[in-house]
Amino acid sequence: MRLPPKYTQMTAVAVLAGATLVTLAALFFIIVFVLHKGLPVVSWRFLFTNPQEMGRAGGIFPTLVGSVLLPLLGIAIAMPLGVGTAVYLTEYTRETKVTQVIRFGTDCLAGIPSIIFGLFGFIFFVVILRMGWSLLSGGLTLAIMILPTIIRTSEEAIRAVPYAYREVSFSLGATRWETVVKVVLPNALPGIVTGLMLGIGRCISETAAVIFTAGSSLRLPQSAFDSVRTMAVHFYILAREGLSNENAYGTAAVLILAVLLVNLTAYWLMHRFIARRTK
Amino acid sequence: MSDAKIIVRRLSVFFGPVQSLRWVSLEVPRNRILGIIGPSGSGKTTFLRTLNRLNDLTPSTHIEGEVLLDGEDIYHPNYDVVRLRKRVGMVFALPVPLPMSIYDNVAYGPRLSGVRARERLDELVERSLKAAFLWDEAKDRLHTSALRLSGGQQQRLCLARTLAMEPEVILLDEPCSGLDPISTAKIEEALTALKTRYTIILVTNNTKQAARVADDAAFFLMGELIEFGPTGQIFTVPRDPRTNDYVTGRFG
Repeated sequence: MRLPPKYTQMTAVAVLAGATLVTLAALFFIIVFVLHKGLPVVSWRFLFTNPQEMGRAGGIFPTLVGSVLLPLLGIAIAMPLGVGTAVYLTEYTRETKVTQVIRFGTDCLAGIPSIIFGLFGFIFFVVILRMGWSLLSGGLTLAIMILPTIIRTSEEAIRAVPYAYREVSFSLGATRWETVVKVVLPNALPGIVTGLMLGIGRCISETAAVIFTAGSSLRLPQSAFDSVRTMAVHFYILAREGLSNENAYGTAAVLILAVLLVNLTAYWLMHRFIARRTK
Repeated sequence: MSDAKIIVRRLSVFFGPVQSLRWVSLEVPRNRILGIIGPSGSGKTTFLRTLNRLNDLTPSTHIEGEVLLDGEDIYHPNYDVVRLRKRVGMVFALPVPLPMSIYDNVAYGPRLSGVRARERLDELVERSLKAAFLWDEAKDRLHTSALRLSGGQQQRLCLARTLAMEPEVILLDEPCSGLDPISTAKIEEALTALKTRYTIILVTNNTKQAARVADDAAFFLMGELIEFGPTGQIFTVPRDPRTNDYVTGRFG
């Protein structure tokens, strides 16, 4: 039996709206729950003092520093490699079997669980290269972990730049590199930034790969070869060892706010950039 | 040296196994407007794009024959393609302003050539926009986005952008296909004024336009050059019956 179009239309609206509602409700519930439990603990003191008794008391300052430095290092390594690879694959090579294999490979890498990257980082950076549990090992591991995402999002963003722009640029006597710098990258930037933000987000919230490679020291790192603990790891340890549920929720609340802040800043920067170019 | 700016000898272009141009030979006289006419798919655009080697960008393109610019073979392995494209400018069928300001669009070519001085750029932008009959409409909004211009204005901007490179040859690929009669008239006026300083090749689907502005005309059909001669002759006493059929509107 076929329903009249009017009813299929109504059903479609109801189902789709329902799906949206469930998604938003789950998200909203998690955020509100964590903030409700965590925010009462958060204060300037909590943010900027050292933990005491393994985190049972005191603040989270060193983990805050870790959560800033480690993703920054990861993205600083992954960005030039990832965007460079994407530019090379899209602008400097023709579509061949090799590029298809590379693309398939990156897609596979993007789907590998982070703990595998952690294990690789541990064996390669920490043990073989003797970097130990350190900011550097962690940053390199995170960089490798987010590279596939950055490559693929950058590639999509670059491909979305109209071909006509390139033709115009070439016809005006630009070299390939000049075209990339002056036309392709500026127009792909919003998409590239989105990929980078996704990468930073994954770095900030990563636990498994970080414990294996950056360790979990609660001291402030003095150099790139010192071990650090990130907020995500701190939360994991506090919760798992049953050290302090309040401080765990407090850390989680700060983590959520940090991710929110990073995203808002990125969107603000991007809109400013777009507005400037199209005013 | 002959008076030809561009000499094309037995030029064939293949895209993969498909031959799009068949043994075209043609001499383009300098400081005149050559109108290229012919139905869609006749190879007009392909011909135009071989003259600044834009076909190079299309994978699996293969070219045979010779194209000489001022006597130099532009397909010689040592020929500098970037310099060629600065000497042979192109205006595309669809106006494609780059998503930047009007000023930056026009200054794009000169900046690539290393022009940095503000006064020099200002002067080039003003002169090019004037030559493309866009200055009066654009002078108060040079630093607003070129995307906010109308279609006709955008096409004149593209012409100005090409002129700003100070090329020797200007290729136009159906530049008026999406434009209203008034914008078309403005472009045609600009071209007529420009031919004293440039060699212009105009591909057009509009035979009337070719008759109006071109000094010489070439008729392409299915990848072959059927007839080439002064516009008056092509439109009044063509030698080939196919040319006659086309210009009198019997097909195409």
